[in-house]
Amino acid sequence: MDMNQYLDMFIEESKEHLQAINANLLILESEPSNIQIVNEIFRSAHTLKGMSATMGFEDMASLTHEAENVLDLIRNNKLTINSDIMDVIFQSVDLIEGMVIHITEGGDGSADVSDPVRKLRAIVAGDFTVQQEVAVAASVAEPEVQAATAGHDADKPELDLDDYAQTVLKQSKDAGNNLFWIKVILNENCLLKAARAYMIFDQLESLGEVIKTTPSVQDIENERFDLSFDVVFVTMNPVDKVRTAIQNISEIQEVQIETIDLKAPPAEPPAVQPAAPAAANAAAPKKADAAQPAAARKAAAGGKTIRVDIERLDILMNLFSELVIDRGRLEQLAREIGKSELQETVEHMSRISGDLQNIILTMRMVPVEQVFNRFPRMIRDLAKDLNKKVNLEIFGAETELDRTVIDEIGDPLVHLLRNSLDHGIESITDRRIAGKPEEGTIELRAFHSGNHVFIEVKDDGAGINKEKVLKKAIERGIVNQAAAETMTDKQIHELLFASGFSTADIISDISGRGVGLDVVKSKIVSLGGSVSVDSVRGKGTTFLVQLPLTLSIISAMLVQVKNEKYAVPLSSIIETAVFKKDQIMMAHRQKVIDFRGRVVPLVSLEEIFQVPSNREETDDEVAVVIVRKGEKMAGLVVDSFIGQQEIVLKSLGKYLVNVFAISGATILGDGQVALIIDCNALIK
Amino acid sequence: MLEQKAIVGEVKVIVFRLKDEEYGVEVQQVKAIEKLEHITRVPRTPKFVKGVINLRGVVTPIIDLRKRFDLEESEYSDSTRTIIVAVGDLEVGLIVDAANDVIDIPVDAIEPPPEVVGGVEAAYLRGVAKLDKRLLILLNLDKVLSTEEINQLDAFEG
Repeated sequence: MDMNQYLDMFIEESKEHLQAINANLLILESEPSNIQIVNEIFRSAHTLKGMSATMGFEDMASLTHEAENVLDLIRNNKLTINSDIMDVIFQSVDLIEGMVIHITEGGDGSADVSDPVRKLRAIVAGDFTVQQEVAVAASVAEPEVQAATAGHDADKPELDLDDYAQTVLKQSKDAGNNLFWIKVILNENCLLKAARAYMIFDQLESLGEVIKTTPSVQDIENERFDLSFDVVFVTMNPVDKVRTAIQNISEIQEVQIETIDLKAPPAEPPAVQPAAPAAANAAAPKKADAAQPAAARKAAAGGKTIRVDIERLDILMNLFSELVIDRGRLEQLAREIGKSELQETVEHMSRISGDLQNIILTMRMVPVEQVFNRFPRMIRDLAKDLNKKVNLEIFGAETELDRTVIDEIGDPLVHLLRNSLDHGIESITDRRIAGKPEEGTIELRAFHSGNHVFIEVKDDGAGINKEKVLKKAIERGIVNQAAAETMTDKQIHELLFASGFSTADIISDISGRGVGLDVVKSKIVSLGGSVSVDSVRGKGTTFLVQLPLTLSIISAMLVQVKNEKYAVPLSSIIETAVFKKDQIMMAHRQKVIDFRGRVVPLVSLEEIFQVPSNREETDDEVAVVIVRKGEKMAGLVVDSFIGQQEIVLKSLGKYLVNVFAISGATILGDGQVALIIDCNALIK
Repeated sequence: MLEQKAIVGEVKVIVFRLKDEEYGVEVQQVKAIEKLEHITRVPRTPKFVKGVINLRGVVTPIIDLRKRFDLEESEYSDSTRTIIVAVGDLEVGLIVDAANDVIDIPVDAIEPPPEVVGGVEAAYLRGVAKLDKRLLILLNLDKVLSTEEINQLDAFEG
């Protein structure tokens, strides 16, 4: 069967389940007695197992299967959680995550699962401790040995054979055939037991004749058996040949073959003894539970959802963008024509398309939770590695961001968090000396503000060591000695983002391999955002990431410069103002104005953009758009303001790249293209 | 490319006029031929980049082919056309004096370009086709639209 069409869905869902498992495991670690959580984890693991088995990722299926057995014992109060067990489970989850990544990258998701499988089985067997880990392999084999010996030691296998069978056997024996009683024990990871059984029968029938099976053939075909079944078999072939034939089939744990002694009186049927009793225990309640948790999970998720390919949403968005352009055009036409019915209709349409726009935009919005979810786990592991105590507090995980931004923001945040943990939070002893609680705190906070989403990473660590930063920056030639002396705290902090800067004395695995915060910055800037840092020595450091809500439709102010129209994103505008010519002053050969007590440099768009002009300026007033970039401001001198408008961001295409101070283009209501000004490039 | 055509034996080209010469681009590379419409100037780009237009919702850059080849400028007229060509994932409009013909050229009529034809350097040309009394210059669009060059020019000006 071609599974490719399901692969994407499988990957998506696996990721979701893994995330859920990780999150729940962390809760479980702090409240080990919360059976509700175990149930949640169990359900996710169960679904994962089912999906991976269906998709043919057998290593993943077998590993989840073992994990599920452990979880099952836990939730049935047959096993108490301790940190060793948690570690094994975490390890297994990591391995599964690795497999999913492998599959995502086009691999087959295979991995060596023997180690965690062995540990998990040992847990199920009830003799797992870290100290005994070495001995575990032996002890896990033990029950099987027992089972095997049980088979051999027992008096000759007892068979419930009817008269007919007895007669057949006798005749066969007389004809010189061998009579065997065969017990096949399937591997407990075997997923398609009926299929395996079928293959076994197929082999057997090529060698001889199956007289009888326990359970019945029908039951076996319908998978109504545990892990083993018995066969009474008549053949001309020697026992070894039969044994090899069966053992050549995969997923078979063990084959026991006994010669049937017909003189033994027929008696009770053999009790079907599975090799691993624990596995059987686990298997029985599992089936009953399977349907119920699935239903419960759906209810818990609340509301119905469907999965839509992000590409389709992109297409919808593009089509809608066209509509927005036409809407602008219609509005303009209606105004020109001035017919009230037309204007009313157009206004109505505008309102509706406004609502539509909101819905389309929100459809693409996903909570940052998706990204945040993996952090607690990461912090836990890192803190362990670094021997630090850290508590990660997450706020505002429900804050929504455009899907495209979400996809990109994960790595930079990982980097910032690692940075806080590695460089920010001090070691336990240092914290004790500083009179701080041993456990450091990292706050991860997301919140909306205007057209932006802010994500804050705040630690209560040592803060930025300015001297050290400066020294390093001078060493690396990022600043010179003279400049360094005049730098403000803020400027020094900004140095962290300079390329080729890394203050870690030893490049650790945690803060990346020499890749500094400059990468974080450039990534965030490429998303249309910005990042800043604030730090108080001894108190901690805060990184603030600002991101646009969406990347496709923005509000902008349209301005006129001579015959050209430009769009200035509203997000960077503080306000618009009109100044008298005599209010313009000169400072350092730069035109400036006094804007609410601040000296703001003026930037003439006409000059910067070399706008062709044929008439002399006669007005005694200048229109200025005050824009900002962080703390800095600038006044863009324009001819007039056209108005505020929702615009659709379009790129200039691959031919025109890196155009100075232009971040893209948009299509106006009249069908013409207007360029979008990149204010950041204009503020120095 | 040429080998493929050899089997077919003919190349279908769009013929356009630039100054006194006739040029050809392969029909597969031409997405549309448009009349000149409003072009939005993009500041601080090389001189031959006229700007961008709205081509059915797609912002498409436009270059003036006369300026690209350093030919003398002329006023745009009613016959001036924009040929939208696609090379790889680039889509660019070329302003030409006129575009009015589609013809099939036998492959064996194509000769390698002389060093300069009609003021255009050989590097931008793929060949010259001689047909009856016409001389058709075939453009090497990959080279004409090379962004490497535009970036260099950009750096030069900036």
